[in-house]
Amino acid sequence: MGMFEYAPAPESRSVVDIAPSYGLFIDGEFVPPASSGGVFKTVNPATEEVLAEVSTAGPEDVDRAVAAARRAFGPWSALPGAERAKYLFRIARIIQERSRELAVLESLDNGKPIRESRDVDLPLVAAHFFYYAGWADKLKYAGFGEDPRPLGVAAQVIPWNFPMLMLAWKIAPALATGNTVVLKPAETTPLSALFFADVCRQADLPPGVVNIVTGAGETGRTLVEHPGVDKVAFTGSTEVGRQIARSVAGTRKRLTLELGGKAANIVFDDAPIDQAVEGIVNGIFFNQGHVCCAGSRLLIQESIYDEVLESLKRRMATLRVGDPLDKNTDIGAINSAEQLERIRTLSDIGAEEGAERWSPPCTLPAQGFWFAPTIFTGVTQAHRIAREEIFGPVLSVLTFRTPAEAVEKANNTPYGLSAGIWTEKGSQILAVADKLRAGVVWANTFNKFDPTSPFGGYKESGYGREGGRHGLEAYLA
Amino acid sequence: MTATTTSRLPDLSGSAFNLRSFLHGLPGVDKVGVEARAAALGTRSVKTSAKAAAIDLAIRMVDLTTLEGADTPGKVRALSAKALRPDPADPSCPSVAAVCVYPAMVPVAAEVLRGTGVHLASVATAFPSGQAPLDVKLADTRDAVAGGADEIDMVISRGAFLSGRYEHVFDEIVAVKEACGTAHLKVILETGELGTYDNVRRASWLAMLAGADFIKTSTGKVPQAATLPVTLVMLEAVRDFRARTGRQVGVKPAGGIRTTKDAIKYLVLINETVGDDWLDPDWFRFGASSLLNDLLMQRTKLTSGHYAGPDYFTLD
Amino acid sequence: MPESSSSRSRKTAPAAAGKAVAVRRSSPVKAGASASVPAVAPVAPPAPAGRLAVRKTYKLFIGGAFPRSESGRTYLVDGDNVALASRKDARDAVLAARKAQPKWAGATAYNRGQVLYRVAEMLEARHAEFVARGVPAAEVEAAVDRWVWYAGWADKIAQVHGGANPVAGPFFNISAPEPTGVVAVVAPPSFLGLVSVIAPAIVTGNTVVVLVAAPQAAITLAEVLATSDVPGGVVNILTGHAAETAPWLASHDDVNALDLTGVTDPALAAELERSAAGSLKRVVRPPAEELDFASDPGLGAMTALLETKTVWHPKGF
Repeated sequence: MGMFEYAPAPESRSVVDIAPSYGLFIDGEFVPPASSGGVFKTVNPATEEVLAEVSTAGPEDVDRAVAAARRAFGPWSALPGAERAKYLFRIARIIQERSRELAVLESLDNGKPIRESRDVDLPLVAAHFFYYAGWADKLKYAGFGEDPRPLGVAAQVIPWNFPMLMLAWKIAPALATGNTVVLKPAETTPLSALFFADVCRQADLPPGVVNIVTGAGETGRTLVEHPGVDKVAFTGSTEVGRQIARSVAGTRKRLTLELGGKAANIVFDDAPIDQAVEGIVNGIFFNQGHVCCAGSRLLIQESIYDEVLESLKRRMATLRVGDPLDKNTDIGAINSAEQLERIRTLSDIGAEEGAERWSPPCTLPAQGFWFAPTIFTGVTQAHRIAREEIFGPVLSVLTFRTPAEAVEKANNTPYGLSAGIWTEKGSQILAVADKLRAGVVWANTFNKFDPTSPFGGYKESGYGREGGRHGLEAYLA
Repeated sequence: MTATTTSRLPDLSGSAFNLRSFLHGLPGVDKVGVEARAAALGTRSVKTSAKAAAIDLAIRMVDLTTLEGADTPGKVRALSAKALRPDPADPSCPSVAAVCVYPAMVPVAAEVLRGTGVHLASVATAFPSGQAPLDVKLADTRDAVAGGADEIDMVISRGAFLSGRYEHVFDEIVAVKEACGTAHLKVILETGELGTYDNVRRASWLAMLAGADFIKTSTGKVPQAATLPVTLVMLEAVRDFRARTGRQVGVKPAGGIRTTKDAIKYLVLINETVGDDWLDPDWFRFGASSLLNDLLMQRTKLTSGHYAGPDYFTLD
Repeated sequence: MPESSSSRSRKTAPAAAGKAVAVRRSSPVKAGASASVPAVAPVAPPAPAGRLAVRKTYKLFIGGAFPRSESGRTYLVDGDNVALASRKDARDAVLAARKAQPKWAGATAYNRGQVLYRVAEMLEARHAEFVARGVPAAEVEAAVDRWVWYAGWADKIAQVHGGANPVAGPFFNISAPEPTGVVAVVAPPSFLGLVSVIAPAIVTGNTVVVLVAAPQAAITLAEVLATSDVPGGVVNILTGHAAETAPWLASHDDVNALDLTGVTDPALAAELERSAAGSLKRVVRPPAEELDFASDPGLGAMTALLETKTVWHPKGF
């Protein structure tokens, strides 16, 4: 950028205390892992600095957590809905009160810009608890029968891209409906879930209603395969989702899955171009592209291809990549070395397969995990970068000629989580939205979320909905 | 005539049909999207050295304005003096870009400003409504120029625009531009009366096609004056216009910009929409009066390290 | 397709066929677990002296036609040589169901309701035929009423199961149910059970491939469907052994959902569910306790085979 350089504007990291080490949160207490467990380190992906040591829950720990949740289930589900509601309202308020701490913690552990954790994630987290709090004493009006019953103990496994928001999406409806939970945050982003444990204590939530077990994939597997759980809710990759679906086959465990995506973002020639470009940028570069519903396949109508591409490149040149805690940062750090490697590998494949790669000039920090915002042009449906989820700030650009072709290309994927449509023509929006096989369709906007709005996929993007009245169904018998 | 000399645009003069087709063929503006973008840019945090530079730039961009029925030569002289030396206590404080007054006050301001580098702008063309015959508007313009104004802020006929008589608006701007001679022409769209962002974009293009040197949001005389999203749409218009014609047009939000924080948001908007080329008083102005004192107070805070009070700055 | 299940199904088929071949009309044996398929032979009244009755050939129902199994196989059920569906028949049925699905889903809900009501009319008209096939009269009537009930849901389910979401922002936001696509169904043996798995699947715009346990009643129902304005391919019926064909449907990547209501073997159900995980099909598990199909079915049978699509649009001028 030129003559008007913004000086560094870092958010103060001192607002949040990070302990040197964390136990597991079981039955209302932080406890050390049993002998089968261990410890691992969580790092700040922007600096590779170790933030804390965190416990790995082994089978004995998972046993204890499930048992605690089971013991808590009876009294918790027997509470009048109005009383459960008040706990959730209390949690919502505490999150609002401590949202700056949580936002900073989330940015430190995840690498996402403070602008997003502060302005998007945390407000949505509080809103989600507030929304489901209100359902707790109104379940008989939700359309799932006169006396819908909770399922029991819910095993919940969440990803690292929106650690606190995914926790809210899982825990709020589970608790509102009278279930108790054992939640496993992602291995690279455990800190906000452990902070949430403290929020539960501050809210005087009865012990065992929420249990947080940390660890990697093995802990997650132990949890979802535990015979003592009645419900499994997972957000993450389609491959792991498949394994979980196999593992619960033949049991009575209820399952909801929110998995990967490869969303088409379709720009028609009568689109509001400037807003469409914002939507494209927001669609793929929001949260470093670590978004399952990211608009990672841009479909531009050929008649405005040059214009849109030129605008997009110009806009990308203003993206500010860097320190996640700087209030002016648009794109933060890639969450982990592993994820960075995956993004690099797939991007290299894109280049090898003949797609043209472009990134704006930008200086990436020397320490930490970084990837410049990148677009590939000349991509066809046959390219791997047009089919596989990259889960990073990498956009594949394709073209189409007619609405029918756009729909055909958009649907030509095993995924079906989300899609975008940009056109000023109302009838075109409605017709295309009808034909897209995707659970969320954003027309003339993208990446909008709300607790009242059901979210979830078609096809290999999973099943079940989170959010809204629909989100209750996953936790009710 | 710019519109007819550019190679990448069709000849739009003399054809109401072509003009209408062109303006209605511009991409639409989604209200929610443009407002969200402007709001997001409004959250940029500009601190320390960047803030100091921004404040001085903003001061240099101010069109210090008084447009009251109660204006007197005394008031205008005082305002002009302040335009030259906004902070008498600090000689490092730059002058503002221009003083903006009614045509009757132009000779008074000219006495103070002549030869100083501070421009003299005058609202003409039956400001603020524009509801007068063309010859009256042209006479108004010529008088202001003759009195020493080197910038003319004209209003478009919103009635004609809203009833779809784009040709009428176009012709008026062409005529006023001619009456300006060498004076720069700022065309006030009065965006608060246009009703939609689509209309703001169309009016921006219409004004530029007809020869405007600047496009300006508002008269300051209707309830809704300059806003960030309206200015964003206008910045996109000048950006796109230059890309198609090679001619750069300035932008002037006016009315309602009262604080340093507001002004810096506009500078961020320029920075991230059209870039360096517009970060200059020749290409961006603030039509404002009370803004200047807030800029001065913030400037003093940065240099002195403590908060300033209004009694330490002149009221003019 | 896991190797173990395919090899197992290859073994079962000839064994079952062999057993059926051994069955003589004079010593009727109940087919499978069906309680409703009669133990008596043919429908036709005794032929007048000198006239031989014309028997019905029980074939498959695929894409609106009644083909024999491509394998050429039949199996004997209560004296009838019934087409024994193969994996290729299952494949063909999925193709037919996929082909029919967009148009069926794209028909107006009112139109689908009309078609389902027409099914009820046609079924009512063939009441006696089903009774003669051994379906209790009350069950035929309940089945007719079930079609009528679901016919009425066609243009109401979206209102009950979807709606506007009051999001905190200047957006129009609406959630509407959509059919999940092609549904493979292992039907329960009773006639009412069969209707109770087909009707809720198709009323919302899904198309189905149904593996049936009681072939004669099911194929007679197919004849009802074929004369009821149900477009070809919307309902496809395969007679034979679920253990042989169901694995191919469970692993088929172009099947969106698997309804295992009629699977009674828990090991088979688990195997099919595991297989369905390959393309993340929606799975309706066998009921924990035996279902009473005569009771109010609720919305569950429909909603289990629906996706929810949420559409956002900004509001502003």
